[in-house]
Amino acid sequence: MDGDDRVFDDRTPGVEEYEPTANYLSYTVGLGLAVLLTIVSFVVSQTNLLWPPGIPVGLIVLAFAQIGVHLVFFLHIGTGPDHTNNVVALAFGLFIVFLVITGSIWIIANLNANMMPMPVNMPR
Amino acid sequence: MTVATLDTVPSAVPTELARGRGGGGPAPKRVVVAYGFWIFLLSDFVLFSGLFAAYAVLSDQTAGGPTGAELFNLRNVFIETMCLLFSSYTCGLGALSAERRQAGRFLIFAALSFVLGAAFLVIESTEFAGMVGKGAGPSRSAFLSGFFTLVGTHGVHVTGGLLWLIYMVAQVVAKGLRPHVLRRLLCWSLFWHALDIVWVGVFTLVYLMGAR
Repeated sequence: MDGDDRVFDDRTPGVEEYEPTANYLSYTVGLGLAVLLTIVSFVVSQTNLLWPPGIPVGLIVLAFAQIGVHLVFFLHIGTGPDHTNNVVALAFGLFIVFLVITGSIWIIANLNANMMPMPVNMPR
Repeated sequence: MTVATLDTVPSAVPTELARGRGGGGPAPKRVVVAYGFWIFLLSDFVLFSGLFAAYAVLSDQTAGGPTGAELFNLRNVFIETMCLLFSSYTCGLGALSAERRQAGRFLIFAALSFVLGAAFLVIESTEFAGMVGKGAGPSRSAFLSGFFTLVGTHGVHVTGGLLWLIYMVAQVVAKGLRPHVLRRLLCWSLFWHALDIVWVGVFTLVYLMGAR
């Protein structure tokens, strides 16, 4: 069965059916990468190896990298044609997450900046 | 669509290969179950996004109380992170062993996942108890309310995952690695990996950025 006769399987998160022998290896590679990224995150946050004002951005980049490692090596979300459904659902989920987080921070920061100065004697 | 088209599909694709893309019939049950659970996990991420947003907005509002830099112990957080990460790893290996019908190996990996997850919970609850004892409980400031809600919700998920794991082990022991038990096990392992993804956000946003 090849060429036009190839039947696309639906693939599902967490399952890697086609390379049964590579599985232990792929989990171990994922673990190694995740441990490495975690250590780098902790080191970067506690030292001045990175330009200090850039540390929050660096930490966010490292977190996204590690989330990517988890998705690919542990949840087996791939880019192949059989993964379309899972990736579309993931993209929609990330879109909502992005809207909620950045929207909240943006709106509340704006409200905070427009607050009237609070009198000193006002009960807090 | 004509009857002729419908008639040709089964002959073009044998029924045992009937899956995917609507051609040749519905996807196998295992694929449908895991896809549905994946949708649930994404909705769980949306739940956490609300808590992350609340924490990010409130994290500077300490009301004169202790700040994150004074409260957080990064050595403990690193140990917690490693516990959860290795638990995710052993969970993956356990799911793999179950797929290969190696019940003995599955039980070993399940026990390791449980011990590591429980260690995470012990460290976290000790941290919470210490903070409450120092007068830095959830009612002290908006920052601490946000902190306890976000980290506590993650902790509740981990507790639920551990109870679910006990239940799964009982099913494997009582019923063996049957297809429907394997499907439930797949859902549990997805849940456990997803919790680790949430924890990456927690230790980055709450602890590493808060302790600076």
